[in-house]
Amino acid sequence: MKKEIFKPYNVSDNNFEQCVKCTICTVYCPVLEVNPDYPGPKQSGPDGERMRLKDPEFYDEALKLCLNCKRCEVACPSGVKIGDIIQSARIKYSKSKPKLRDMILANTDIVGTMASTFAPIVNTAVALKPVRKVMDSVLKIDHHRMFPKYTGLRFETWYRRYAEKKQKEFKKHVSYFHGCYVNYNFPQLGKDLIKIMNAAGYGVHLLEKEKCCGVALISNGLIKQATKQAKHNVEAFKKSIVDKNMPVISTSSTCIFTIRDEYPHLLGVKNEEIRDESELATRFLFRLIDEGKLKLAFKKNYKKRIAYHTPCHMEKLGWSIYSTTLLRMIPGLEFVNLESQCCGIAGTYGFKKENYETSQEVGKPLFEQIEKSKVDFVATDCETCKWQIEMSTSNKVQHPVSILAEAIDVEATMKLWQE
Amino acid sequence: MKFDNIIIGGGLSGLTCGIKLAEQGKKCAIVSSGQSAIHFFSGSFDLLGKVNGEEVTNPLESMKFLPQQHPYQRVGLENIERLTDEALHLLIRAGLSFTGKADRNHYTLTPMGVMKPTWLTLNDFTSFDQKDSFPWKKAVILNFSGFLDFHTLFIKDGLKKFDINAQIKNVSMKQFEAIRKNPSEMRSTNIAKEFDKGNAIEEFAQKANLLSEGFDVVILPAVFGLFNKSVADQLKEKINKPVLLLPAIPPSVPGIRSQITLRERFQELGGTYLLGDNVEEGIFEDGRLLEIRTNNHGDIKFEADQFILASGSFYSKGIVATHDKLYEPIFGLDIDGDNNREEWFDEKFFNDQAFMRYGVKTDENFRALMNGEPVQNLFVAGSVLGGANPLKEGSGAGISLLTSLHAAEQILK
Repeated sequence: MKKEIFKPYNVSDNNFEQCVKCTICTVYCPVLEVNPDYPGPKQSGPDGERMRLKDPEFYDEALKLCLNCKRCEVACPSGVKIGDIIQSARIKYSKSKPKLRDMILANTDIVGTMASTFAPIVNTAVALKPVRKVMDSVLKIDHHRMFPKYTGLRFETWYRRYAEKKQKEFKKHVSYFHGCYVNYNFPQLGKDLIKIMNAAGYGVHLLEKEKCCGVALISNGLIKQATKQAKHNVEAFKKSIVDKNMPVISTSSTCIFTIRDEYPHLLGVKNEEIRDESELATRFLFRLIDEGKLKLAFKKNYKKRIAYHTPCHMEKLGWSIYSTTLLRMIPGLEFVNLESQCCGIAGTYGFKKENYETSQEVGKPLFEQIEKSKVDFVATDCETCKWQIEMSTSNKVQHPVSILAEAIDVEATMKLWQE
Repeated sequence: MKFDNIIIGGGLSGLTCGIKLAEQGKKCAIVSSGQSAIHFFSGSFDLLGKVNGEEVTNPLESMKFLPQQHPYQRVGLENIERLTDEALHLLIRAGLSFTGKADRNHYTLTPMGVMKPTWLTLNDFTSFDQKDSFPWKKAVILNFSGFLDFHTLFIKDGLKKFDINAQIKNVSMKQFEAIRKNPSEMRSTNIAKEFDKGNAIEEFAQKANLLSEGFDVVILPAVFGLFNKSVADQLKEKINKPVLLLPAIPPSVPGIRSQITLRERFQELGGTYLLGDNVEEGIFEDGRLLEIRTNNHGDIKFEADQFILASGSFYSKGIVATHDKLYEPIFGLDIDGDNNREEWFDEKFFNDQAFMRYGVKTDENFRALMNGEPVQNLFVAGSVLGGANPLKEGSGAGISLLTSLHAAEQILK
């Protein structure tokens, strides 16, 4: 039977008119629970939208307190894109201008380039208490926050120097959208990804030129710049996916979520041509294994107890099952599933002095779960969740790809497909 | 992704079915498009409250008078008693304490202050043997200052019919000041979250004890224990008088707790619960459903030996009505309902509405029909079945629980 006949008649943007005022979204809003200044997803979303449609003066600046975690959307039984309604309203109606602090936090690309160039100085400086105090009082970046360390050797530079040549030896190829974190802060994750993909028989390539996905620009109200970068990235993805027939994979759940969903929903940047083949590395690997095209061989001596934390955007994508299924394949890995709860950082949100308390209160139940779990470390797909959990609990955090890279037996895996 | 069974719908039907199958060692997945109607749970599951407008005392007996197309009749009255027993034990194994009997309805006091017949009642709430008597003389109704979702006057008025002298009193506490700031957001779940933290129980119990001096019973809104499962029990222990909890306006705190408990039970049994995802289409071959595709998972297919459709009725979009047609939106299954819009409804709102009985057509084994032919491995359970008016009968939860267990049994045969 054809699907076309089932199109409903009245469809508005973000399914706004489908809201039946059931209030289920409010139960799952992590902010509403700890910060009564936030009007909550129902009031900020579909309820407020009715008012704003009538008169934009009804726009409430308190909407900036939304974390954009999308947990309201996951909970909504009626398919209302509550988070998108709220973010779109911020973009459309907000009159508050981004501060210098917001620009610094949002421009992960520019700041990353500068900071990694002077990495030893910057790392030492931003870790110093007096510097953090000054950043706190002048810039309103909370002094509790430690900036992630910047690397002296950016991932892109490392790749061109040491990895690029070897990638051509493979028969199958993918592109890798590494994102700012891998490039400026944590190239090891990128190296781990290459190790696994190579073991699986894939050469890994960089996009012609990737720009920051723009998630922090969107949340800090720098929409023009975000749109420009989105358009750039879509073109760069097209060159790989459409022209070269090479899918794009990433290790950052928020980057990939932004590119797949926020580009068209919030920025109006079309991405149909690239969306299906832009995904997380764990999903790419899972598909190969699920279709019987790949087998992973693991080391015999790997032994760890690991808890998996579902980042909000993974919850929205519904994709944590790929990461957890891969992790569970590792013999010797004792797996603990944490109840899916927001960690509270929400990218740059938690770095802002005015949000610090909310951020920590939101994360508290998750931190308690983690402390109780008595694991060797926590696994998660999101870099900012990692910073938050490492700052707020006694546990270290690793990306599932890094865990796989540590546990995989590269030679044995390669033998399985070379035979 | 390969499973033994995939269930579409994560409400009471889907979870019951999933738990039953997982208990029998099946590898199951549930795909749920959002949170379910258990969030509106009143605290009781009805089996059968009314037949032909007459109140029912023994549901098992009265079922004989239901029409042949009713889900209970189609499950087979000879199976019902066993299944009711099984439903209760499944809930208990999941960690939910319910009391009640299938061959004798008991009563619960509604937030409108009337006694309503029901089958199973969650232990947060109070079961009554008699419809027309109330075991206490003087009641104090306590509410939280600023909480608009508990309509104390209705309760007071309702209790007058039992000759009860009820008084309404409000409690203010520092712990609830923050959530009062935004009156429209002061909901049962927000109050519950404060109690969950553990720093309000002691003080609230003390206040309740002071305010209930001279009364026989304390009536409170059911806002206790959302994520922390022991709050309601703790509170009952600390309050000196008997405590009678009544449902507040949804979202329902005991309902959400029940949903979480059932979902956790399913996951502990190895089940995969996919929330916030929609099934977009099914791939059929030779009268069998081979796999489904979902919105989140795109080209990654979900295969199973058997599928269960437990997608709910109109409210959950298990069936959809547009201006000129009725349809089942996932697979385009056959619908048991009139395609003439004129026949859908009665102009009098409170009359028995025809559309309430509409649902997906099945064969005698509860397999869905598509173009008149049964899909060999697609079973239908819960309110998407149609054939009943749960509002008029007081049968919604019973149908969900029993048809789900019945569908699971067909699969396990």
